[in-house]
Amino acid sequence: MILHPGVISLLIGSLLVTIMLCYSAYEGAIIARDWDINSGSERQLGLERKTYLVSTMMTYAMGFQLLSLFLFIATTDALSHLFIGAMCAAGSLNVNAFGYPTMLLKLANFVLGGIWLIVNAADNRGYDYPLIRIKYILLICLSPLLLTETLLQGFYLLNLSPNLITSCCSVIFAEDSRSFAAGLATLPRQPAQLAFILSAAAVLVLGIRFLRWRKGAVLFALAVLAFFAVSLASIVSFVSLYIYELPTHHCPFCILHAEYGYIGYPLYLTLLLGTISGTGVGALAPFGGIASLAAILPSIQRRLTLLTLLCFLVFLLLTGASIGLSNLDLSAY
Amino acid sequence: MITLSNIRKVYNAGRPNEFTAIRDVSLELEPNKTTVLKGPSGSGKTTLLSMLGCMTRPTAGRILLGQREITSLPEKFLAEIRRSTFGFIFQQLNLIRGITVLENVMLPAYPTGERRSEVVARAMALLDLCNLSHKAEARVEWLSGGEAQRAAIARALINGPAIIICDEPTAHLDTALSLEFMETMKRLRDDGKTILIASHDPLVNDSDAVDRIVEIRDGRLVPPKACA
Amino acid sequence: MSLIEKHRNIIDYTLSSLGRRKGKTFAVCLVYSFIIFLLASVVFFTQAIKREADLLLREAPEMTVQRLEAGRQTTVPAAYADGIGRIRGVQSVQKRLWGYYFDSLTGANYTVMVNASLNGREGQAIVGSGVLLRGAAEGESRKIQAGDSLPVKTYRGEALMLKVAGILPFASELETADLIQVSERDYRDIFNAEAGRYTDLALQVRNRKELATIATKIVRQYPDTRPILREDILRTYDAIFDWRGGLSIMTMAGALFAFIILAWDKATGLSAEEKKEIGILKAIGWETGDILQVKFWEGVSVSLTSFSIGIFAAYLHVFVGSSLLFEPVLKGWSVLYPDFRLTPHIDAYQLVSLLFITVLPYTVATIIPSWRSATIDPDSVMRA
Repeated sequence: MILHPGVISLLIGSLLVTIMLCYSAYEGAIIARDWDINSGSERQLGLERKTYLVSTMMTYAMGFQLLSLFLFIATTDALSHLFIGAMCAAGSLNVNAFGYPTMLLKLANFVLGGIWLIVNAADNRGYDYPLIRIKYILLICLSPLLLTETLLQGFYLLNLSPNLITSCCSVIFAEDSRSFAAGLATLPRQPAQLAFILSAAAVLVLGIRFLRWRKGAVLFALAVLAFFAVSLASIVSFVSLYIYELPTHHCPFCILHAEYGYIGYPLYLTLLLGTISGTGVGALAPFGGIASLAAILPSIQRRLTLLTLLCFLVFLLLTGASIGLSNLDLSAY
Repeated sequence: MITLSNIRKVYNAGRPNEFTAIRDVSLELEPNKTTVLKGPSGSGKTTLLSMLGCMTRPTAGRILLGQREITSLPEKFLAEIRRSTFGFIFQQLNLIRGITVLENVMLPAYPTGERRSEVVARAMALLDLCNLSHKAEARVEWLSGGEAQRAAIARALINGPAIIICDEPTAHLDTALSLEFMETMKRLRDDGKTILIASHDPLVNDSDAVDRIVEIRDGRLVPPKACA
Repeated sequence: MSLIEKHRNIIDYTLSSLGRRKGKTFAVCLVYSFIIFLLASVVFFTQAIKREADLLLREAPEMTVQRLEAGRQTTVPAAYADGIGRIRGVQSVQKRLWGYYFDSLTGANYTVMVNASLNGREGQAIVGSGVLLRGAAEGESRKIQAGDSLPVKTYRGEALMLKVAGILPFASELETADLIQVSERDYRDIFNAEAGRYTDLALQVRNRKELATIATKIVRQYPDTRPILREDILRTYDAIFDWRGGLSIMTMAGALFAFIILAWDKATGLSAEEKKEIGILKAIGWETGDILQVKFWEGVSVSLTSFSIGIFAAYLHVFVGSSLLFEPVLKGWSVLYPDFRLTPHIDAYQLVSLLFITVLPYTVATIIPSWRSATIDPDSVMRA
């Protein structure tokens, strides 16, 4: 184990988040079991008040989770020089088998938690809390994922020891290796660019369609998810090349460095935020028929759709600017 | 306006100290009238008042506010109704110490998200009405008893409520101030407000500002003929 | 729009409510800032000293070759240098002479090193800005200046007066502050170093990728040598400093824990006055969520204030006040430098880590108590 301040922060952070989530899931289970909106009993009042505690804890937990996602990458980045051959987070994550799974799970949990908060916010505005059972069952499903993340991160950090031979990002994302990551890097560039543009267009068209005619919320959410996946692949496949101005450097982490103006932070933040709000639109779609939500949901979905489009627009502008302002000319490669 | 049907309120249900504060109360309160809930302390007036004011939910029974059933609404929505429909004047006045009279009057409007300048203007108008505008920037602990009472009235009116609820409003006032208070209530009723007062002060009960007296004892309504 | 207005109102109320409880707020902020100050000092110091080491080593040779005798480092014969110089890929071999010198007058430890440009200028020295001179008359130490005479005791116990020909320019304090550069003859005079033998060899290679191969060849040719790569040293330093910093943080976790208990106590131990206030707010139409927001902003303002104060104090402590509190624990090489200032450097990463270690536990500790106070019955004011 490396007793780096960042490592300690991460361990403290995920421990606290896990405790909060497990507690919330426990209270959530009780609420889901005993909830009776028509009862005037003190027990029901107690449960109602517990929902505030759970919402508050989940909101804080999600906030910490977002910070910890970036802190995790920054820490692995800061530690990279302790491992021979590693030059950024890509190398450090590869030091043991837990690195990449931890990161992917962190990403997934953040998106899932965000969607939960959206469902929760919608439910809190319905006067009879119509989604109360569903949302607490979702919460209970979410907690094992978070527990796994905490464990994986723990294993990863505790199994780090300096001087391990690892590969640097240029090896992991090099075009001649055969890993999944390398597969992303070797995606033929033109089809990748085409997929990127097409999925962005799909999000835009479906988003506007939903805003105009209130139709196709689920389709819009699926397009958002596709755009999310294609964008991540695109960053590795070609966006990063333009940012580094190197035709062979495919690393998705180095764009977070100061040398590249921290461009990675706004890129990933807008992409994540847009993905969460966009999938939220679809997640709320099945509940449009509930009487107490019928009046509220359209305005929530509308705002989420606008937020998604705004986030992705910023993301696309940043990506476009990085490509447009780059001195790299890929036509030669 | 407000209809109670078969209301029951039990505290500490299922525990050894369980007690029933209100038993099977059905009551209809007409709009634009002053109603007094009369009864000795411990009779259940305050409990009934807090249910009428959407502060607590009954254990059983139904409450209708206009046409809307509010019995099983979650606390959050009750707070919203409380804020917009009711103005409260408490026995202890319950002004918050350490902040100015103006801020105290504005407090109920904070969660509504109205523009601050509008709330300030309305609060100043109300203070003006209550002859308190010169004390707007004073702290509440510097007010005299009568001034504090008027500040509490101004606070109750800030969100333009339809119903004013007063809990033993004259308990800490001398005769002159009590009479002044009832005068104010009369004026408010004439302005179209519905007024609900819990009190066992004869000065209140005998006031000509009162339209109806409901007597309550041991958590039950006393039939009108019995108190004639 | 109305949401912003609502938050503004609630923040307004929160600040005035904190202001009304000055004593309590002040006490929490004081302890909170102190904890942040302690932890931030450790983090800043560790980072800064790592940077110093990094700067120091950037100048260092890519490979150093030492000779071992019975497992301990000993001097290297000049013949080794010639032999290594002939290995393919080695650009240059520099024979270095250096050692430590304890000055009993000022009680400081200096690094003495040969500077080839002083050869032929025996009796002169170039020194670092941290070297002290103990004036005979004044009886107290002062910083050395060019033109001063620095007395050095040789191995025979005789005093050798070195005339200070210059002060080393400031690059990295760690590197130069304690340095005394002398000519080769003076060096051998002071330490009784055998002619033709050197402390170690510094190598430059043509291609960094061949470092490992060259190291293997050197060991094969001279089995009693130990080549050390710059990267290895850097890694070791980093690991050591991180370890020390982390260990100190763990030690302070005790203090942090105590503080969290205090925060919990403060938050749960609502005074009757506060309870009544929340009851009033709820009665006049505030909702549980509104009170939770008040509590949230309360936490934000307390944390933000304490965090800024703690960070600012730590900055002063580490970069202006020479880390008085931690130097012995964290630096741990040789004796304290008489005057030692780290180059100021703070980055967002350090701040976020600190936020995680301090604000996060505080916030979590206050959630349940805040919720408890926010769910006071709205009719409590009427029942009182």
